[in-house]
Amino acid sequence: MAVETRKNVPDPADDPADDPALQRQITGLDALELAQGARRGPLSRLWSAAWPMVTAVAIALAFWQAVVWSGWKDPWVLPGPADTLPVFWDQITSGRFWEAVALTMQRAVIGFALSIVIGVLVGALVSQFRILRRAFGSMITGLQTMPSISWFPLAILLFQLSESAILFVVVLGASPSIANGLIAGVDYTPPILLRAGKVLGLRGLLLYRHLILPASLPSFVAGLKQGWAFAWRSLMAGELLVIIGDTTSLGVLLSQARELNNTADMISYMIVILIIGIVIDQLFGVADRALRTRWGMDSD
Amino acid sequence: MTEAVTAAPSRTPAPAAVRLSGVSKAFGTGDAALLALDGVSLDVAPGEFVCLLGASGCGKSTLLNLVADLDKPTSGSIDTGGARVALMFQEPALFPWLTVSANIELALKMRGVPRAERRERASALLASVHLSGFGKKRPHQLSGGMRQRVALARALALTVDVPPGSDGGQGTLLLMDEPFGALDAMTRDLLHDEIERIWRERGLTVLFVTHNVREAVRLGDRVVLLSSRPGKVVEEFPVDIERPRRIDAAPVAALAGKITDRLREEVGRHGG
Repeated sequence: MAVETRKNVPDPADDPADDPALQRQITGLDALELAQGARRGPLSRLWSAAWPMVTAVAIALAFWQAVVWSGWKDPWVLPGPADTLPVFWDQITSGRFWEAVALTMQRAVIGFALSIVIGVLVGALVSQFRILRRAFGSMITGLQTMPSISWFPLAILLFQLSESAILFVVVLGASPSIANGLIAGVDYTPPILLRAGKVLGLRGLLLYRHLILPASLPSFVAGLKQGWAFAWRSLMAGELLVIIGDTTSLGVLLSQARELNNTADMISYMIVILIIGIVIDQLFGVADRALRTRWGMDSD
Repeated sequence: MTEAVTAAPSRTPAPAAVRLSGVSKAFGTGDAALLALDGVSLDVAPGEFVCLLGASGCGKSTLLNLVADLDKPTSGSIDTGGARVALMFQEPALFPWLTVSANIELALKMRGVPRAERRERASALLASVHLSGFGKKRPHQLSGGMRQRVALARALALTVDVPPGSDGGQGTLLLMDEPFGALDAMTRDLLHDEIERIWRERGLTVLFVTHNVREAVRLGDRVVLLSSRPGKVVEEFPVDIERPRRIDAAPVAALAGKITDRLREEVGRHGG
């Protein structure tokens, strides 16, 4: 037997220089396996992301123009891009417009922030206790699919035409998605990582802090993104239905333009609503991609 | 335990690093209960490298979970004499949101190493698996073999001396659950050399589960053959082949052939 009883070496040799051949072979294999293809520069990546978007916008404008040229509607009912874009420019250079955007965004931010707090609270409780899961799990998903506009009659009865009515519906629209994102993230923490966490001795709060919360982050971000989409939709519905005194929001501008039969203005506001939606979605997209790249979850 | 004594007559009856006495483990209860392990008794001497070999369903992973105290046996007892136990699996199971170094630092933290020392000791551990300079990478940026070495460094981190240089005298037990099963042959071959070197340098006691017979003979001081459904110790084979061994050396192949025959016989019993 080549075994003698070994004592623990008091100062473990961390320097593996005793076998240079083995060291060379191992680092050689590492170098071979890590050989990567060339990466593209930032400009080329920006371009490859930008040109499809630019093309899509061009196609949309062309389609719009074609509908106008077809003579389907009179130009004062449906003005073309050439008539609308100058109006759009006038709008976004006016003070009243930015006031409206500021109020709308303020509502969006407050509503979304409150949705996060409530969504995280509910998600944490439901993912933690099996009985709550059984009780509320499907209800949360049900709320998520419920069109938030159907809450407005109740909201108006409860809160009259007030900020609270809008906030109520925005939160009901957004928080179920956020809660579900967190629940899914906790549920789908890879079992192998949970096993590794057990071996490391992670328990209780440490387990959450070092394993379950970080592991559920991608799903949570996806929930936030979806929650934002619902919040934004609910908010727009709310601003059209719940018009408070002499406040100016994007919804108020939109309904005023409709009452005045001012289609060019109306389309301008719609474009702004679309752009805000896209920009914020892109921000979530950036966060999501950064996370995926860091964790090596992207395929390319 | 008598098997252990006959298998290693040269060893003084020093206290075993691990002693399993009549360990059984059943999952479920009543008629539906599945007996995974049935009266497994095994002694592993301090500093010994023991390979557990068996076909599917021999309860190898269950056995390691029991030794690592992740699960309790249904009957029988397991004594690790207060050894520091670390377990690594076939998957590296590194945390993807942490850098390589932070993965190891987390293990050091759980081991009770003060914050100020963690960075330095993590880089020493990385150096010991030939991964100096990779601490800032993320696990996904490494190859499979490199990740498995990080997993090894993390396992070792759970067994370091705190404070450094203090040998508690409890010994260090490394449990490995088919750690190289998912790697290509070339990488596996190099990692055999690597684990053997680390085992020797650190004076570890290793319990290594595999279903690769040659790997078991290449690495083990002793190969313990388990039966399947339920898992029982069938036979033990001392490996009297001088180290360093090569996996393709004739004596390794000869003993592996003998063990394979016995393993096939065992598997054949399930052919009805």
